[in-house]
Amino acid sequence: MTATPHRPHDGVFDVAVIGGGIVGAAIARELSGHDVSVALLEARDDVGDGTSKANTAILHTGFDAKPGTLESRLVARGYHLLSAYAEETGIPVEHTGAVLVAWNDEELAALPALKEKAEANGYAHCRIVGADEVYGVLPHLGEGALGGLTVPDESIICTWTTNLALATDAQRRGTTVLLRHAVTGVDTGDGVGADTADGYGGGGDGVTTLHTSAGDVRARWVVNAAGLGADHLDRLFGHDRFTVTPRRGELFVFDKLTRPLVDKIVLPVPTSRGKGVLISPTIYGNVMLGPTAEDLTDRTDTGTSEDGFDFLLTKGERLMPRLLAEEVTASYAGLRAAIDHPDYLIEADPAQRYLLVGGIRSTGLTAGIAIAEHVRTLLEEAGLKLRPRGDVPEPPRMPNIGEAAPRPYEDAELIARDPAYGTVVCFCERVTEGEIRDACHAPLPARTPEGLRRRTRAMNGRCQGFYCGAAVAALSARHHPDDGCGSRPAPCGRPAQHKDNR
Amino acid sequence: MTQPPLITPDVLIIGGGPAGLTAAAELAGRGAGHVLVADREQDAGGIPRHSDHTGYGLRDLRRVMTGPAYARHLVRRATEAGADIRTRTMVTGWADEHTAEVTSPEGRYHVRARATVLATGARERPRTARRVPGDRPHGVYTTGQLQNLVHLHHQPVGKRAVIVGGELVSWSAAVTLREAGCTPALMVSQYPKAESYGAFTLAGRTVLGVPVATRTRVTRVIGKGRCQAVEIEHLDTGLRRRVACDTVVFTGDWIPDHELARSAGITLDEGTLGPLTDTALRTSRPGVFAAGNLLHPVDTADVAALDGRHVAGRVLAHLDGADRPAPGVRLIADAPFRWVAPQILRPSDPAPARGRLLLWTDEFARFPKVTIRQDGRTVARRTLSWPAAPGRVFRIPSTLLAGVSPTGGPVHIGLG
Ligand SMILES: Cc1cc2nc3c(=O)[nH]c(=O)nc-3n(C[C@H](O)[C@H](O)[C@H](O)COP(=O)(O)OP(=O)(O)OC[C@H]3O[C@@H](n4cnc5c(N)ncnc54)[C@H](O)[C@@H]3O)c2cc1C
Ligand SMILES: Cc1cc2nc3c(=O)[nH]c(=O)nc-3n(C[C@H](O)[C@H](O)[C@H](O)COP(=O)(O)OP(=O)(O)OC[C@H]3O[C@@H](n4cnc5c(N)ncnc54)[C@H](O)[C@@H]3O)c2cc1C
Repeated sequence: MTATPHRPHDGVFDVAVIGGGIVGAAIARELSGHDVSVALLEARDDVGDGTSKANTAILHTGFDAKPGTLESRLVARGYHLLSAYAEETGIPVEHTGAVLVAWNDEELAALPALKEKAEANGYAHCRIVGADEVYGVLPHLGEGALGGLTVPDESIICTWTTNLALATDAQRRGTTVLLRHAVTGVDTGDGVGADTADGYGGGGDGVTTLHTSAGDVRARWVVNAAGLGADHLDRLFGHDRFTVTPRRGELFVFDKLTRPLVDKIVLPVPTSRGKGVLISPTIYGNVMLGPTAEDLTDRTDTGTSEDGFDFLLTKGERLMPRLLAEEVTASYAGLRAAIDHPDYLIEADPAQRYLLVGGIRSTGLTAGIAIAEHVRTLLEEAGLKLRPRGDVPEPPRMPNIGEAAPRPYEDAELIARDPAYGTVVCFCERVTEGEIRDACHAPLPARTPEGLRRRTRAMNGRCQGFYCGAAVAALSARHHPDDGCGSRPAPCGRPAQHKDNR
Repeated sequence: MTQPPLITPDVLIIGGGPAGLTAAAELAGRGAGHVLVADREQDAGGIPRHSDHTGYGLRDLRRVMTGPAYARHLVRRATEAGADIRTRTMVTGWADEHTAEVTSPEGRYHVRARATVLATGARERPRTARRVPGDRPHGVYTTGQLQNLVHLHHQPVGKRAVIVGGELVSWSAAVTLREAGCTPALMVSQYPKAESYGAFTLAGRTVLGVPVATRTRVTRVIGKGRCQAVEIEHLDTGLRRRVACDTVVFTGDWIPDHELARSAGITLDEGTLGPLTDTALRTSRPGVFAAGNLLHPVDTADVAALDGRHVAGRVLAHLDGADRPAPGVRLIADAPFRWVAPQILRPSDPAPARGRLLLWTDEFARFPKVTIRQDGRTVARRTLSWPAAPGRVFRIPSTLLAGVSPTGGPVHIGLG
């Protein structure tokens, strides 16, 4: 990589993006396509370890958004941008389509309004269908469906690969990825809230210092994409405009043997509380049931609960009783960053050279790249000079961990070239030694068993490690003898320069 | 992608555990031709490879040895008989009804054999499949993973463990934990008394010193990062409490590794969830047979091995074109039995392996009175001198079926 112009000057980055989720990674990628130096700061030891790892992974058309909102616009645009980006980078996508099912007269009566809403959102392909057609495409659906609305372009996508592709791309474009950098304090140079006429912040050096768990990072501009932590961070900048409520969503993932039961996303009629409990094929060849929606106070509580399980099982019994007769492969919970504001909250503060991206609750996977575009425009309007680079590197080609396209274990030519792809290590998910090796040596390598799961699917299958757990651990330790799938030095370690300028 | 190469052995055995290896030794030794064993692990041998304690080989080899020694013995015997054992060789699916798709470091290829034996074994249900909620910390295992970690990879586990389940294998987990320097602090079982062999239970309580909480289930796993505790509930009182531990081992609660059988479209038994088989171990697909814990989750290794020996006869007859199964009657397990294996009785077939039917019970009976009924008629009733206990296979002599009418309706096997 020859991204020299994008190194921080005197240890000061042009922009620091806080949060290595899909939104932060997309913003870092977008900005580093321009002539600026960018740092991406992430509190945890991997990118994509927050809400972006635990969602329902649907690439939304935005048919059910609230028309006229920023969210409606960015989801619709994000759908197209991410679809195209997925094709370029190899992020697994399956265009399954969805059927929204009405189970009572009230829901049936709501379908025409939903269709109109879709049209108001710029999505014109929904069709209202009768019960016969619903059962025609979903033969295993439980009894009692009265009709439905088809959404032919609703799709499923790999959220893990999406986050990794965006972060890897950002890094290739010169972004310095700083893991284990939790921002704990902010110093905008000459006092919080300084406002001057030149739009470049306080009269001082126009540089904000971010105090992090791994030392200070200095940058002229700061973007807050901290998801569940965005309100706390916003307060460090002296604002008091919103509060994040973690809204937990619990999910069951059923055995791959259930995949023939359902070929489309099965949606409920949405309520004010959210999108409701759905059944969806997953990109890894399973079927998922969920999510619940429950407001919590603890922003770290990604545990699952008895009540959540009971609720899902009751719903599932109605939606697709056959599904519940099968084995559960995994269960997990994600936390939506719900806020007391009906739309995305994306605002620039030119005086502080600071921009907030808040309240990206249940559509951020889809909208991420479009949010990044929007953020770029707002930053330019706020005074950040962004000149597109002529030398933007090609986006990365990501390993395919989706079930629809051929995987390495099926690829005779690949195995002939490198037998490591012929050694299956995780049997249930058919992950090979070659893929595990690659993940440990990737530009953003797997550092933890969880990181390895997200890059390869290893240990995600029905046995959950009965056969392969120990072998996978040994293999990753071999590739990173220091700390399991441990950290590697460059390119994403701590750059020396910001020690110099503390 | 180009079409993968095809190989055409006489017999393909999928799974090189005790059942597959014993079938291979028998078939190769009796002139079945090219007998190919595909096993996906680094070494063949199946579960005994990492079950590093004694107790293997009693019924098949008439001596007792450790799991790893037993596994090596079976591999050697099959190899010496002329079987072609290929490790790191995984059957991943089917190209057509009789052609298996295989991935190995030697390449991706297809195998079309004249006869196939499924011997893929069984696994323990992990925590997720048991739908136990809570956090997702490190330190939560099945016995299989625990023994792999400790015996094959010499990795450390925690200091204080809770063992979930009271089956034979649960005590095996306790032994492994002790060896790894981890104290088994509590064993939790839903049944009224900890199952498994009385002697072992006694040994467990005294020698292993593991307290057992009966009529108890785990309701939550607690801990961020590393496991800190589990919450348990007494089934009768509903009382809950936390038990501190950094390790949890979910033991037993077996399910056959039936993916290949299912994806082949072979009929499964609803009780065992393994392939539906007759006493000659034929599946619903002609030319495809099955053996071992895939059929009965789970019995001991020697019983799996003797299935392997048993299936060989019928595979040879099939290869000779001399296998013509007669119509049979269904065997049905009535409560408290959960399943019976095998499930089909045909008039001209041999008795099942070892002359035993295998059953799984949900209730303890010290002196079980086994009743066989067909079309409303009691065919046989006998009180057995060995107990039927949850958590381990209950075996009954197949001679109890002597009076079954081959043209009658389903045969019900129950108690009392
Ligand atoms: C149950 C559920 C289902 C969903 N389903 C879908 C769906 O089907 N389709 C869809 O498009 N969207 C869906 N979403 C929404 C989507 O997952 C989110 O909108 C998206 O992941 C948000 O990304 P993010 O980057 O804003 O947040 P995150 O992924 O949470 O990233 C924020 C990052 O910031 C880091 N951070 C926080 N504070 C600090 C700090 N002080 N210093 C440094 N780093 C910090 C965190 O560690 C985290 O990694 C769903 C969400 C949930 C919970
Ligand atoms: C912890 C523990 C302790 C035990 N202790 C005892 C004991 O003391 N005494 C005793 O007698 N029994 C004991 N058992 C039971 C014994 O291990 C089993 O009964 C025996 O291993 C069953 O043999 P099997 O051949 O049916 O299956 P397995 O041993 O499970 O072998 C199945 C083989 O098939 C292979 N395979 C599966 N799918 C594929 C595929 N798609 N492609 C290629 N290969 C595949 C697997 O890799 C495996 O090697 C114990 C079991 C456990 C888990």
